[in-house]
Amino acid sequence: MIPLQPPRRLIDVEIDGEAVRVPEGSTILDACHSAGKDVPTLCYGDTLTPKNACRVCVVEVEGARTLAPACSRKAEQGMKVGTDTERARQSRKVVLELLGSSVDLSTTPRAAEWTEEYGADPARFGDDAATVEQPPKVDNDLYVRDYAKCILCYKCVDACGEQWQNSFAISVAGRGFDSTISTEFDAPLTDSACVYCGNCVEVCPTGALSFKTEFDMRAEGTWDESKQTETTTICSYCGVGCNLTLHVQDNKIVKVTSPHDNPVTKGNLCVKGRFGYGYV
Amino acid sequence: MDLRFRGAQPSDEERAAVDDLLGPPATAWEGGSRTDTDLRMAARAEAARDLLLPALHAVNDRIGWISEGALEYICRRLTIPPAEAYGVATFYSLFSMEPRPRRVLHVCTDLACQAKGAQAVRDRVEQRFGPAGQDWHESPCLGLCERAPAALALEAGQPHRAEVYAPATPDTITTITGAAPGTNGHAPSANVAGETPVKDAVPQAGRPDLVLLRRVGVVDPASLDDYRATGGYTALRRAFELGPAGVIREVLESGLVGRGGAAFPTGRKWEATARQPDHPHYLVCNADESEPGTFKDRVVMEGDPYALVEAMTIAAYATGCAKGYLYIRGEYPRAVARLQHAIATARSRGLLGDDILGKGLSFDIELRRGAGAYICGEETAIFNSIEGRRGEPRSKPPFPVEKGLFGKPTVVNNVETLVNVLPILERGAQAYAAAEPKLFCVSGAVERPGVYELTFGTTLRELLDMTGTTGTTRAVLLGGAAGAFVTDLDIPLTFQGTRDAGATLGSGVVLVIDDTVDMKRMLLRIAEFFRDESCGQCVPCRVGTVRQEEALHRLSRRVDDSDLVLLREVGQTMRDASICGLGQTAWNAVESAIDRLGVFNR
Repeated sequence: MIPLQPPRRLIDVEIDGEAVRVPEGSTILDACHSAGKDVPTLCYGDTLTPKNACRVCVVEVEGARTLAPACSRKAEQGMKVGTDTERARQSRKVVLELLGSSVDLSTTPRAAEWTEEYGADPARFGDDAATVEQPPKVDNDLYVRDYAKCILCYKCVDACGEQWQNSFAISVAGRGFDSTISTEFDAPLTDSACVYCGNCVEVCPTGALSFKTEFDMRAEGTWDESKQTETTTICSYCGVGCNLTLHVQDNKIVKVTSPHDNPVTKGNLCVKGRFGYGYV
Repeated sequence: MDLRFRGAQPSDEERAAVDDLLGPPATAWEGGSRTDTDLRMAARAEAARDLLLPALHAVNDRIGWISEGALEYICRRLTIPPAEAYGVATFYSLFSMEPRPRRVLHVCTDLACQAKGAQAVRDRVEQRFGPAGQDWHESPCLGLCERAPAALALEAGQPHRAEVYAPATPDTITTITGAAPGTNGHAPSANVAGETPVKDAVPQAGRPDLVLLRRVGVVDPASLDDYRATGGYTALRRAFELGPAGVIREVLESGLVGRGGAAFPTGRKWEATARQPDHPHYLVCNADESEPGTFKDRVVMEGDPYALVEAMTIAAYATGCAKGYLYIRGEYPRAVARLQHAIATARSRGLLGDDILGKGLSFDIELRRGAGAYICGEETAIFNSIEGRRGEPRSKPPFPVEKGLFGKPTVVNNVETLVNVLPILERGAQAYAAAEPKLFCVSGAVERPGVYELTFGTTLRELLDMTGTTGTTRAVLLGGAAGAFVTDLDIPLTFQGTRDAGATLGSGVVLVIDDTVDMKRMLLRIAEFFRDESCGQCVPCRVGTVRQEEALHRLSRRVDDSDLVLLREVGQTMRDASICGLGQTAWNAVESAIDRLGVFNR
């Protein structure tokens, strides 16, 4: 089913010299996708309002003083965008270095690929470079918060708050480099407003938030995505009928996600659909 | 909204502090006792998120810190999730979430004070009272640069008090607990001790050719009658003659550009806001003056508070705003007191409120105090701060004139920009433009530091001839920490002239550095400042400012070319890819010191 939308005017933009027509209101990133360009993104979420905090998606817009975040800047008629200019590449390289030197990106999909592609060298800041290293927070049986892997993209806060769940269990606390994702007074999750829907885990781009099962298996060294199958089915708990994608390794469910393109739930689940698979 | 609380209870004193601000709780939902009506109908929360910052101030001012019980009570009263309120409270450096003494000393170790021996004061304080953290803190610029080195003690209580130590010699600060500060004779600033008359900050005070500073140090800042006797409220009357469109035309014709640093044409901003069909429109006066070395707005507010009230009224009239917010730095206790007094007096005399001067204009001003965050002076971060959110800049577009405070069209202007509107209307745009005044904050190695008013086009050398310099001038920092060091004294002090010289007029900082100042240390302080004040939202600034500081630490021990390359690459990325002006300018001063002063030449 394709939801009908009012017709939108098309505008012409130029991406790396190539003419593209996109509907009015599209972002530069949308335009890049229609032109077949691969622009790296981290804090961008397909189901969330862009926060444009990570700045790896910056592109050069002709006539602009600074680089523009592709994920949130709207394309304008006649805009000329360079996705692969020297200036944009240099910025992405340094941003990847800044992230790589301060955050553990080992479970971030594509981070290693981009680091190589842009020639980033996170080690150049020396051994004494400040990091966000800290022990993982394991305070419940369902999911783990490993903030040594957190790039502060705000996606979990947005998913927990007004954009999806409206639980408001977490927020960004502190300022600058010392900012963290935190409950009030850093209380354990079990003591917070968390409802364990796991919608924050769904949107986390770095693996800082993960299923306890995944966290434990990674610690044991048994996590192996090549051995996993994904089966999308329908949740059997209530009448809403959310889609579940069961990730199965060695005949056991190790993780549950939900398709982001589902027109009703957009990747969101409740605690039962997300974590209540023990009966299977 | 469904809220979950952990059950911490406020103390009676904390509850009283919040209730004094918000009134007693009306329903059980807000933390009051349960009544029959509560059982009959659901309570409806009023949208009062924007009172979060004032409520946090109320507790912090009364108790000295904010406990979990106090925070939960505030959240109940305002229907705010505790995690979000915690995120907001921890954003501001003047708030403490842990117990601390009622009286806390803030010792300025920023640029202007450092150029005048703040290190000795700091070391002496540390020697006397132990390591920083509890009783005392190192502070970013307190805006008392003309009396550097400075320190400010803030004491919680009812009422809360402040004591200024400026200049602070290593032995002035003998006790942190301090004697209860006495009054200094001026009713509106009774809670601020240790202040000197504003006149001392204006070496030109009393000169007949002054425009913006003509009343500072001459009239009694508490007296509305004095203000009116010296030409006050003639500009507003002229505005009523011209009509809103006429006022905007005058401001456009005058060529006035913003004095906060970005130099955007004020008339265009007003015109764009006035045209917006969406209502209400809001006016925000940015008095969160925190750029190191800047104190002009403080001096204007302390010496001529009614001028700002009148200028805001004119801006509101021209742009169709019924409500104005005056967002003022938390570290400016005397300016806060004087403006509170001025706003209350103007209101009682019919110069604010409904039907101003009988002309049917309805406008009022609400004063909001910042709580220690440089970033809140950014034009969109200030909206988030007023709305009770973390003071993080928003991405632009949309610009404030379309979607600003509370998502409505907003005109946001700096204090100095606004007070310039008065002479534009009094003299006419052309007469004003013929001798356009600009304020400069002169500090550092000069004989007569203070706020100077010049007409555009004066050279830096002419300004320094007026102020007199001490020692051998090595460089001048123009524009503050986000500005640049210059050595050429023949730069004309105009926006274009400084830009051509690779510097910026910024907020009008002229900090003179003599050859006794350790430049490496000064650069470290600049880097430290940006690291502390970065909001943490975007990666280039959050991590880049840390890496910049680390590299400068290494460079001050041993000069290594790879660190210089690293600084340049990180600096360029901050400039290109940061969300707001803070990150974009965090490398300017360091770059200019390396290139022009050769600080790290071997």
